[in-house]
Amino acid sequence: MRYLPKSPVDREEMLAEIGVASIDDLFSTIPAEFQLKRDLAVPRQHGESEILDRFREFAENNAVGYSSFLGAGVYRHYRPVIIDSLVQRGEFLTSYTPYQPEISQGTLQAMFEFQTMICELTGMEIANASMYDGSTGAAEAIMMAVRVTGRDGAVIARTVHPEYREVIATYAQHQEIPTVEVGYSANGRVDVAALDAAITKDTACVLIQSPNFFGTVEDVAAIAEIAHAKGALLIVSIAEAVSLGIVRPPAEADIVSLEAQSYGVAVGYGGPYCGVIACKEKFLRQMPGRLIGETKDKDGKRGFVLTLSTREQHIRREKATSNICTNQALVAMMTTIFLSVYGKQGMKELAEQNLAKAAYLKSVLGASAGAKVLFDGAPRFHEFVLQLPKSAEETNAALLGDKIIGGLPLAKWYPELGPNASLWCATELTTRKQMDAVAAALAGKKA
Amino acid sequence: MAVEKFVGTPKKATTHTNQNEDLMFEKSSPGKKAYRLAQLDVPAVDSVALLGDSVRTDLGVMPELSEIEIIRHFTRLSTWNYAIDLGMYPLGSCTMKYNPRVNEAVARLEGIAEAHPYQPESLSQGCLGIMQTLSDALIEITGMDAITLQPAAGAHGEFTGILLVRAYHESKGNPRKKILIPDSAHGTNPATAAVCGYEVANLKSNAQGMVDVAELERMVDEDTAALMLTNPSTIGVFESDIHKIADILHAKGALLYMDGANMNALVGKTRPGDFGVDVMHLNLHKTFSTPHGGGGPGSGPVACKKILEPFLPTPIVVTKADGKLGLEYNRPQTVGRVRMFYGNFGMFVRALAYILANGPDGLRQTTEDAVLNANYIRAKLEGTFDLPYKTQSLHEVVFSDKLQAKNGVKTGDMGKRLIDYGFHAYTVSFPLVVQGAMMIEPTESESREELDLLIDALKQIAREAEENPELVQTSPHTTRVQRLDETTAARKPILRWKAPAAPEPVLVDTAAKEW
Repeated sequence: MRYLPKSPVDREEMLAEIGVASIDDLFSTIPAEFQLKRDLAVPRQHGESEILDRFREFAENNAVGYSSFLGAGVYRHYRPVIIDSLVQRGEFLTSYTPYQPEISQGTLQAMFEFQTMICELTGMEIANASMYDGSTGAAEAIMMAVRVTGRDGAVIARTVHPEYREVIATYAQHQEIPTVEVGYSANGRVDVAALDAAITKDTACVLIQSPNFFGTVEDVAAIAEIAHAKGALLIVSIAEAVSLGIVRPPAEADIVSLEAQSYGVAVGYGGPYCGVIACKEKFLRQMPGRLIGETKDKDGKRGFVLTLSTREQHIRREKATSNICTNQALVAMMTTIFLSVYGKQGMKELAEQNLAKAAYLKSVLGASAGAKVLFDGAPRFHEFVLQLPKSAEETNAALLGDKIIGGLPLAKWYPELGPNASLWCATELTTRKQMDAVAAALAGKKA
Repeated sequence: MAVEKFVGTPKKATTHTNQNEDLMFEKSSPGKKAYRLAQLDVPAVDSVALLGDSVRTDLGVMPELSEIEIIRHFTRLSTWNYAIDLGMYPLGSCTMKYNPRVNEAVARLEGIAEAHPYQPESLSQGCLGIMQTLSDALIEITGMDAITLQPAAGAHGEFTGILLVRAYHESKGNPRKKILIPDSAHGTNPATAAVCGYEVANLKSNAQGMVDVAELERMVDEDTAALMLTNPSTIGVFESDIHKIADILHAKGALLYMDGANMNALVGKTRPGDFGVDVMHLNLHKTFSTPHGGGGPGSGPVACKKILEPFLPTPIVVTKADGKLGLEYNRPQTVGRVRMFYGNFGMFVRALAYILANGPDGLRQTTEDAVLNANYIRAKLEGTFDLPYKTQSLHEVVFSDKLQAKNGVKTGDMGKRLIDYGFHAYTVSFPLVVQGAMMIEPTESESREELDLLIDALKQIAREAEENPELVQTSPHTTRVQRLDETTAARKPILRWKAPAAPEPVLVDTAAKEW
């Protein structure tokens, strides 16, 4: 087996040095009745070229050569090629969690830079070194708010990504965190009056998403005021991190839970992505996950270490702030490289291009016969809900013939919008040609 | 003719930035760029008009750098890391094995890397096929009946597994109250039990570091939901009484959860499903070679017996009537979703590539080599270091610093000193049941030559501990930074860079020195 660096002679000599006759002697503590005496029924050993062939075949059975208007929490942005050349350096790829700081400064310094940029982008004071993803990050943020406030309820906007809400429900069910959902108003923003009414003296936090699931930017400052007036924390979840180049950061929030997939991470059929929690410094001790801090060695040289680990499971065990251990470090590294490539000017320009593309898509689709853009009364980033004359499923099935993947049908999660509503997205990678083509296809003619 | 004398810089060669790379913010200067967007092919928009009050005006300390500077920045940082690619990483319980590069290649194939999780099932047959093929292989390897790939890491798998346990008991009318956890367990186990709303009952190990079966029998009652057991245990020993343990639990209606962190000792040699385990997680980033990447991403599939299958998170991959693969969401007894979409899919691709590269013969040989390596280290170092438990080791061996601690040299010191010899430290002070633990897991990826280097280094360090304890206590001596002040880091946390409040005076050494 090509990954194993031993010759048959090595094995024999090593067994002799150990003082056993055969390898099976080393497995003698496994009762005989449970020893597997046959080959595992898994595919036979493949040569490297065969492995590539096998996966190329898998890849060809996916959507290759389609133009796609899907977003909904996962966004296709351009990934500068240096991301993959850098993260495939073995020193980053094949290192462990930086528990030995003297030989882990590369990862540690990069994660300190990550934390710094996440703070800047979100308007928060501190950020951790990543969570699994945006959905689990949002759930952990709620648990954190419960610890901070000593209260136990959460008020959640229905415009938070439906799958995030499902994950939150799973996490909350055994922690006695009652959750209440509040709807949206005609402009797609959270129904502020309903929100206000839903917050009680037992509410630990309000969770909103901005831009929300419909692509609409929420009035974070106004919602913060309502939450704070009743002593609840405001958590803002951000599923489209590129929006932060042009959308005001949710600085009035207490905790921000960000999904950073948009920063140079492939859509990759759902993961791995990069969640991260950022918050006000006063909540530091309740923060889950790993934190990197700056310090000095005995010669006064700057260095970085994992710090405040007394919050974590390997020290606190059942009293820890979370059970999280492994995080998404290499993916956080990708986002760090992405952010350094775009930087101060590029993040803004990139976000502006996304705004422009979505505005164009909205104008051409909104103009097609019988189509209507919903929730048009509030600012949005690069997604919108379109009401079409036929069911979204039917429309999409027809579009597949033109090698187009249409917007995401919403009836499954928002039945009140009817079967004809779907969520459309354009990013800087969506071309005018693709947008004109889908508009033409909806109008029943070829572009 | 007077020759002009060459005037060098006053800096010493050792101050070159490749040894002292600044933070990217300190290297930034206004107007530099590392990007060029595609030409905009639609009308530009006025962001202020579109966003109104919600428009952003400033991006603060975000850096401005050129591409070559970014390449050098991260490349320089990378050279400050130790890595499997550089040498042996004997971290016990972490399974730091070789991360094959073909895994990376296949994960980046366009049709795989660019697949959107909401694209139609008819256009996702490849991704679903990967999930199905991997699931089948993992079910066979573990001897279980069903699996979910959704959990994002080992601890997330534990969470999912204990949710299944809870849902199972609830379906019988009583969720029960407590989870039994041996004192040798990973910290994630008790943390997980707490997140799932259970009390933790601590199960003391016996003199051999194993589950004390009599004590277990005494503790298990109708309030016990499950035992969370790592097998082989964190001291690298197979629980030979495993079936008896399972029987004791099952007799009281409790379940056996296995933490699969140490599955690298078992693949192809025995199957948890055969020895009584009801539910377990796997760490694809340990046993199945997906890269640790400096702390993640991981992937923590959970395999279970039939009795727990109805409770698995949604969706699961199924074969539909027409023979195509699909995602099944309609599962009334599900515990719900534990993560959006389907899990860390990119890790499934890599793990499957690893299984294909090995086949049944390679998987078994891998396990045998991992166990051979650990036992070789044990045989060579027993006597040099105290071996608290004499039971037969599988994939890892746990020594203690008892012999060296007499001279004031602790496990942490010797771990640091190992760095000077070109290795990563072993796992220090874990498991907690061993005072001064030194936990060594070589994995199958080490040649005999590399093992001998490690053995020599540790013997040398033991000698230093006798002859020159201070040398060990103050190590490492060869790294870019010395031991760092972790106390101040925690007491006065600096968790982000901040721009200096006022421009710092620029110190220019006008009297350039001559070489």
